[in-house]
Amino acid sequence: MSAKVMPFAPQATMEMPILVVEDVVKRFDTPEGPLTAVDHMSFSVREGEFVSIIGPSGCGKSTLFSVLGGLVGGYEGKVTIEGQPIAGPHPAIGMVFQEDSTFPWRSVLDNVAFPLEIQGMSRADRYARARHFIAMVGLEGFEKRFPAELSGGMRQRVSIARTLAFQPKILLMDEPFGALDEQTRLLLGDKVLQIQQQLRQTMLLITHSISEAVQLSDRIVVMTYRPGRVKRIIDIDLPRPRSIDVVSSEAFGRYVAAIWSDLRDEASRGMNDAEARQRSSS
Amino acid sequence: MREARRYRLPPIAFGLGTVILAFAVIEVLIRADVISQYVMPTPWQVLLSFGRVVAEEDIPHRFLATAGECLAAGALMSVFGMLLGVALYRFRLLRAATETWVAAFAAAPLVLAYPLFLVIFGRTAWTIIMIGFLSGLAPVALKTLEGLTGVRPALLNVGRSFRLTPAQQFWKVLFPAAVPTIFVGFRLGFIFALINVVGVEFLINFGGLGQLINELAERYDLPGTYAAITFVILVSVLFFIALEGIERWLRPAS
Repeated sequence: MSAKVMPFAPQATMEMPILVVEDVVKRFDTPEGPLTAVDHMSFSVREGEFVSIIGPSGCGKSTLFSVLGGLVGGYEGKVTIEGQPIAGPHPAIGMVFQEDSTFPWRSVLDNVAFPLEIQGMSRADRYARARHFIAMVGLEGFEKRFPAELSGGMRQRVSIARTLAFQPKILLMDEPFGALDEQTRLLLGDKVLQIQQQLRQTMLLITHSISEAVQLSDRIVVMTYRPGRVKRIIDIDLPRPRSIDVVSSEAFGRYVAAIWSDLRDEASRGMNDAEARQRSSS
Repeated sequence: MREARRYRLPPIAFGLGTVILAFAVIEVLIRADVISQYVMPTPWQVLLSFGRVVAEEDIPHRFLATAGECLAAGALMSVFGMLLGVALYRFRLLRAATETWVAAFAAAPLVLAYPLFLVIFGRTAWTIIMIGFLSGLAPVALKTLEGLTGVRPALLNVGRSFRLTPAQQFWKVLFPAAVPTIFVGFRLGFIFALINVVGVEFLINFGGLGQLINELAERYDLPGTYAAITFVILVSVLFFIALEGIERWLRPAS
């Protein structure tokens, strides 16, 4: 089996895409002049699909996450969900953030029930639904605990459960396991995979981990380093349902190698750029 | 439960032991004439004077007067201090223009302006309450501002991603996240308010424990004076316990 590496082109999809990103450009004003973080990016995500966006640090992944989540405006191009252009946070999108975003003053149960409380759901109903999603992320028995009593990985699972309880059509995750050790990442990746397969949840993951992207995705969008453009879109033709065992397969290694060959030059440019900035500032 | 008590008891025992030891050392120093007994009574004499002060000086009424003034000053300080803090957070121009002034106001010896307050409010409890309120206002406002600006962006983004209204964003995310810092402001403000309440009671010879301290000092009743000071400390302790309780209720995980 070889990695199906395709140059970027509009995709001929069998199904209607649920999310379409068309020619998005996002610029920021900086003291050194305008900085293009995302440059003419286009891709789409089909219902039930797991798509990862991968790129070196500083390539604009998190900016794209904020654009898709409706947290930043003032960009060119168009983002549509089921054909509707988005302007601000959209009810069809649930977001999981890179940093710990659990509310320290709420128990696990109250954290997960938070979006349901906002929707005005009755206490009994929201707790019942929250318990369901807490069990789904494997945190049964921790309902009464507070985030300070949990590990980093457990806190991220609380965030995922909270966003799933919101029942979004698309789960958008920005490096949710970025701060965790490799083994925990693999195990949590497996947990996300199980949830995605169980719910047939459309997921869009922003990551800089190649192995995480290959382990989880149906397709991977590889980004260039500054300005962030689509370099390639790679179909991951690994069997589904997938488990953690996939990481030890030969095909997995080939995909990782193929993506790394795409990313190596971009990562080097990023590193050189960071070093140059370091030198000029010292 | 037993486990929690095991962790809580040693610090309490250590604290009480330290206080008793300090009193014992002071007792010895006074008896040995290292500290003059005309300046400071022995802790034992203070202890013996409690019964007399309570019976003869109408302590319950005075205690309630001072506690009531502190409560009124504290309530005003909390409400208006928080409102000012929120206004400074919301309006950047206001913040840029006045934050330094508010900080300077926190350090102003407001008690010296008591004649002005006497003219405005007369020799009534309102003079004491208003000076207490104003002296605690700046710390509450500044700490509210600090608490709100220090809320992690990720928490705010969670609120935005769930499409919270501005009021929900404030009450469900911003305020609870800022509670620990705001309560530091309440504690600081309360300390300032209590000092000023008792100070003004002393200066204008009106109200509760401050007036009693004044009268007992005038009579050169040193053990009684120190006993009355102990009741001021008791007011402070009660308010701190109440604040801690409210904070734990608002932020159970604190």
